[in-house]
Amino acid sequence: MSKYTEDNLREELKTKEYEYGFYTDIESETFAKGLNEDVVRAISKKKNEPQWMTDWRLEAFRVWKKMEEPDWANVKYPKPNFQEIAYYSAPKKKPKLNSLDEVDPDLLDTFKKLGISLDEQKRLANVAVDIVMDSVSVATTFKKTLGEKGIIFMPISEAIQEHPELVKKYLGTVVPTSDNFYAALNSAVFSDGSFCYIPKGVRCPMELSTYFRINEGGTGQFERTLVVADKGSYVSYLEGCTAPQRDENQLHAAVVELIAMDDAEIKYSTVQNWFPGDANGKGGVFNFVTKRGLCETNAKISWTQVETGSAVTWKYPSCILKGNNSVGEFYSIAVTNHYQQADTGTKMIHLGKNTRSTIISKGISAGKSQNSYRGLVQVNARAENARNFSQCDSLLMGNECGAHTFPYIEAKNKTAQIEHEATTSKIGEDQLFYCNQRGIDTEKAIALIVNGFSKEVLNKLPMEFAVEAQKLLEISLEGSVG
Amino acid sequence: MLKINNLHASIDDKSILKGLNIEVKAGEVHAIMGPNGAGKSTLANIIAGKDEYEITEGIIELDGEDISELAPEERAHNGVFLSFQYPVEIPGVSVTNFIKTAINETRKAKGLEDMPAKDMLKMIREKSELLEIDRKFLSRSLNEGFSGGEKKRNEIFQMAMLQPKLAILDETDSGLDIDALRIVANGVNKLKSKDNAVIVITHYQRLLEYIVPDFVHVLHDGKIVKTGDASLALELEAKGYDWIKQELV
Repeated sequence: MSKYTEDNLREELKTKEYEYGFYTDIESETFAKGLNEDVVRAISKKKNEPQWMTDWRLEAFRVWKKMEEPDWANVKYPKPNFQEIAYYSAPKKKPKLNSLDEVDPDLLDTFKKLGISLDEQKRLANVAVDIVMDSVSVATTFKKTLGEKGIIFMPISEAIQEHPELVKKYLGTVVPTSDNFYAALNSAVFSDGSFCYIPKGVRCPMELSTYFRINEGGTGQFERTLVVADKGSYVSYLEGCTAPQRDENQLHAAVVELIAMDDAEIKYSTVQNWFPGDANGKGGVFNFVTKRGLCETNAKISWTQVETGSAVTWKYPSCILKGNNSVGEFYSIAVTNHYQQADTGTKMIHLGKNTRSTIISKGISAGKSQNSYRGLVQVNARAENARNFSQCDSLLMGNECGAHTFPYIEAKNKTAQIEHEATTSKIGEDQLFYCNQRGIDTEKAIALIVNGFSKEVLNKLPMEFAVEAQKLLEISLEGSVG
Repeated sequence: MLKINNLHASIDDKSILKGLNIEVKAGEVHAIMGPNGAGKSTLANIIAGKDEYEITEGIIELDGEDISELAPEERAHNGVFLSFQYPVEIPGVSVTNFIKTAINETRKAKGLEDMPAKDMLKMIREKSELLEIDRKFLSRSLNEGFSGGEKKRNEIFQMAMLQPKLAILDETDSGLDIDALRIVANGVNKLKSKDNAVIVITHYQRLLEYIVPDFVHVLHDGKIVKTGDASLALELEAKGYDWIKQELV
């Protein structure tokens, strides 16, 4: 009988290539490789930054030089040589964007391949898109609509020029330059990223969206994102990534800082699809990201992430629940295939009274990949009546992958209520046969089962993102399991 | 419609079917009875294409075409339906979503467009009424936390939706109380036509009071050892399987 077996599957997984592995030929200006104080100064100068910013970067660089790359995560990879990386790359043609017609046609073509036509998004999905392409933003849309509400949404490089007082006040307040190795590196050399400020009491009328891509071979990309939601405001922010195929490892060390002031709410959603390496584990992006949000009184921050890409992922979007009654949420789907390794999770730091946090993590492992959940729930002595609920589910495909759960709980207040649930399951032959018998082939059956498994998290994504995320899950796992 | 000739099959080198013959014509209902371990479920799974079994000899034809090399989904597309003895759970996938996917995948295989949502909803409503299925039930995760009766009713609901040529009911009566049994049997009877056929696999005569078979076959040690009409089921109920075994000696 010609049924799909695990061997067929393994074969197919091996031949499954990265779907978005194309390369856009846009002329780039790239710095020579290597990193020292002069390079940091040069980056700052290139961006025409004020002295305080240059000093801030240099301070971070000095801190970084003294730090060591962490190795506690459940991942193995050759340590990058930080002197072999070029720290700046900007598209040479920088079009003025009065309309999309003026955008480089190659770039537009790239977006078409990704299925993220700006036109379409503008018209249909009501999404303002700030595109980061090799470090420099080349398009900003919907600025006007946002401007009317007093919302600032622009590349952080522009914000440094136009709103230095805001950037200076908040940059590095949630993730200090000395926080960790990659955050320090990012602080020293960050190329660009997004800045967003929502004024008091304003509800942002649209989902804010940024697409990041790594495009130039051998250039690391260091984004910096800062989102500030002033008292009583609300914003939903979307971040999505795809990257072209590359032979050598590409380093990606982003920092995202969120600040939700009293009664404010920030919803931050990510779909991450960096190049994961080929079937033999060669190439692929190293994704070492520091994401953290600060909640003041009655504030709420929700992180939702769908992680399908990268060769190595090291990422723990966290919430500091500083204010009383503040709420932190973390919803995550992490998919690993081939030789991918992911060590991801969250930290919920309960400082205020009556603070609540929810963690829902779904890990899906296929091929020879390793997928780890690592989470910390910390309740400090003064955090009366703190509550946490954590649920970590793992789905395995085949017999060569691994799923790991590392939950850490530190409760220093007796009134804390902390719940943790965990399950591990495997897509079974019986489930597949059942689907097959109903006329659903194995590929489609896996997509169906995986979507069902991930539903609680997919439901948390904004509509248009959920569709894209579902597509990505299917692409990432095509042909998985028997 | 279905013709099985001299079928030999094994699992892990253990021989289970040992020269089985059966022919089912359109419009007929066949019952296959027999003691535990006779090979009843094996036969159902082999017709549906489960790949853990190895066919060592014999043929399985559907409408004159050998289907023994076809993948299970291809057999399903050709109109084979198996009501599972133990339906599996698929968490997070609703009954509606599942059947919608099944129908559209089958249509896709036949080069048809997806069924329009309006038609799909109408059909779901009709068929769920036929099986006295509650609306809320349709949005629950497939088989997750279902009672035995709900699982079986859901199987027949799917059968009603997919409208197969050949339906095999593998111990659909097990785990059913008398009301559920009546509903399920009633559903099957309403779906019966001169163009399709049903094979009922069961231990007991009970289900056959509701779904009246044209033929009753007794499966023993991998072969059909006796065939008769509906009265054979009653006789088996009265005398037990030992009677057949003794007759064989």
